[in-house]
Amino acid sequence: MTKGHRIRSRRVRAFLRNRTAVVGAVVAILVAAIAVLAPVVSPHDPLEQDVYHRLAPPGGEHPLGTDDFGRDVLTRIIHGARVSLTVGVFSVLLAMGLGTFLGLAAGYFRGGVELVVMRVVDVLMAFPVLVMGLLVMAILGTGLGKLIVAIGVVLAPRFARLAYGAAVSVRETEFVDAARALGAGPWRILLRHILPNVFGEILVMGTLWTATAIRIEANLSFIGLGVSPPTPTWGNMIREGVNWIVVAPWLPVFPGLAILITVLAFNMVGDGLRDAVDPRLQT
Amino acid sequence: MWAYIARRVLVAIPTLLAVYTLVFLFVRVAPGDPAVAALGDYASKEAVEALRQEMGLTDPLWVQYLRSLLGYLKGDLGRSLINRLPVSRQVAAALPYTLELTFAGILLGALIGIPTGVLTALRRNRLPDYLGRTLSLVGLSIPAFYLGILLMIAFSIKLRWFPVMGGGNLSSPADNLRHLALPALSLGIIMTSYVTRMTRSSVLNVLQEDYVRTARAKGLRERAVTYSHVLRNALIPIASVVGVYSVVLIGDSVMTEVVFSRPGLGKLMVGAMLQRDYIALQSLILIYAGFVILINLLTDLSYGLIDPRVRYD
Repeated sequence: MTKGHRIRSRRVRAFLRNRTAVVGAVVAILVAAIAVLAPVVSPHDPLEQDVYHRLAPPGGEHPLGTDDFGRDVLTRIIHGARVSLTVGVFSVLLAMGLGTFLGLAAGYFRGGVELVVMRVVDVLMAFPVLVMGLLVMAILGTGLGKLIVAIGVVLAPRFARLAYGAAVSVRETEFVDAARALGAGPWRILLRHILPNVFGEILVMGTLWTATAIRIEANLSFIGLGVSPPTPTWGNMIREGVNWIVVAPWLPVFPGLAILITVLAFNMVGDGLRDAVDPRLQT
Repeated sequence: MWAYIARRVLVAIPTLLAVYTLVFLFVRVAPGDPAVAALGDYASKEAVEALRQEMGLTDPLWVQYLRSLLGYLKGDLGRSLINRLPVSRQVAAALPYTLELTFAGILLGALIGIPTGVLTALRRNRLPDYLGRTLSLVGLSIPAFYLGILLMIAFSIKLRWFPVMGGGNLSSPADNLRHLALPALSLGIIMTSYVTRMTRSSVLNVLQEDYVRTARAKGLRERAVTYSHVLRNALIPIASVVGVYSVVLIGDSVMTEVVFSRPGLGKLMVGAMLQRDYIALQSLILIYAGFVILINLLTDLSYGLIDPRVRYD
């Protein structure tokens, strides 16, 4: 067994010993399964209108009630999971790829690349995440793909910072010198020698930012800048539900609960991963 | 100290300039013609063209860039495309609502979060710790707008203790406070969660230090160890966390204003975005970026107040 394998299995064991993290992982997997199997597990069609049971309270045929069009709230929440998870996961993957690439390059090559990339990162970090998300969505317009790009662009500077720091600190170490002496090219050094050193941290950050990305998506949909109705998303269900808050408070409450549970699950996994990757940190 | 402040302000200038350039370009590539946005879809071609001329949109990009930059330097934020009012007047009217909300949220977060964080760290792995950790994890997972809706359902609609919407009358403190209570509480809960969590972890880190063991070994009472050794050293990371999360809170305040229909900057900004009022949008985004830069500066300055070892030179 190599040293790398030993570290990895120690981290896996540390993660599995952490009860909170395991519960979070189970919930996150469950939500993902529900999203994938949405058409199979939901009791109704998300767009089917039951005009005789509009704004029906929770119970009976509609366990979580119906909205003002008589659509089943539970079904729409199940289908909404698809949008939330797709946006959460893919926007973070985009941010991770883009940010890590730019950060590593800036930290390794220094000079002009560093100057340009890190100044842009500084400027982008001067915007609150949500304000930046609003701005990018206003430019791109609404839609699933655009949401992913918008949130990905907003989060990328965070990953760039992390990768940059790692590249700067690792580039002067002996094993990088050794690799260079053996004739490895810069990209080989970056990908094979520097990236593995930060990959754990990037993964931790990716999980925690997935939780944030899901929250940003909900925020944007709530404002009306996300995926357009009638496609159900948790954010736009709350947006529509708020209009009926006095007569049918369950309309905004249940989709919000779905957001809370999912975001909480990802945060629990992220915390557990962080403790497993770096046991010195006290959280 | 003053030299440090002056230097930090000087460093902030290029950042602000870059932020301005970025926002200016973003807003220019956004779809839609501001003149059409101002006149509506049914305006005649001639009217749109005349307005484009009047608004200076036919000038080269760099002329527009410099003109609006010079405007900002003179404190002129331009005129709204929708109602033709000076944006600065709208900002002046909205600013107090946003400031009081954000300030109340940060204050609540610090006042509740720091003691709770210290308590959970000192009672590590006991009931208060589990409770504090669970609640703070929930608090930082809940979207601000959703928390606002829940509070609204409970306290405004069911219990009728507080008004459902609006910002209240600024000249009447009682009315203003009644309107501020729920939005401030919802931001305060979120801020408390962040602060509790980070206070706990920084206190735990300090508790492991050698000087804490020494203090205990020389027979100091636990209270003295906590106050004069642990807390004083834990405060710097706590202050930086309050700073970092104040920035997050500014983003959350936008959503809280939308939910509670508070006439603040955030609601103004979202309105400008949905109505494609680019002039107002550009100014408002710049104001938010300015806030972030200001908070970062204040956070750095607070270190010197907390820790006499920090020198600004």
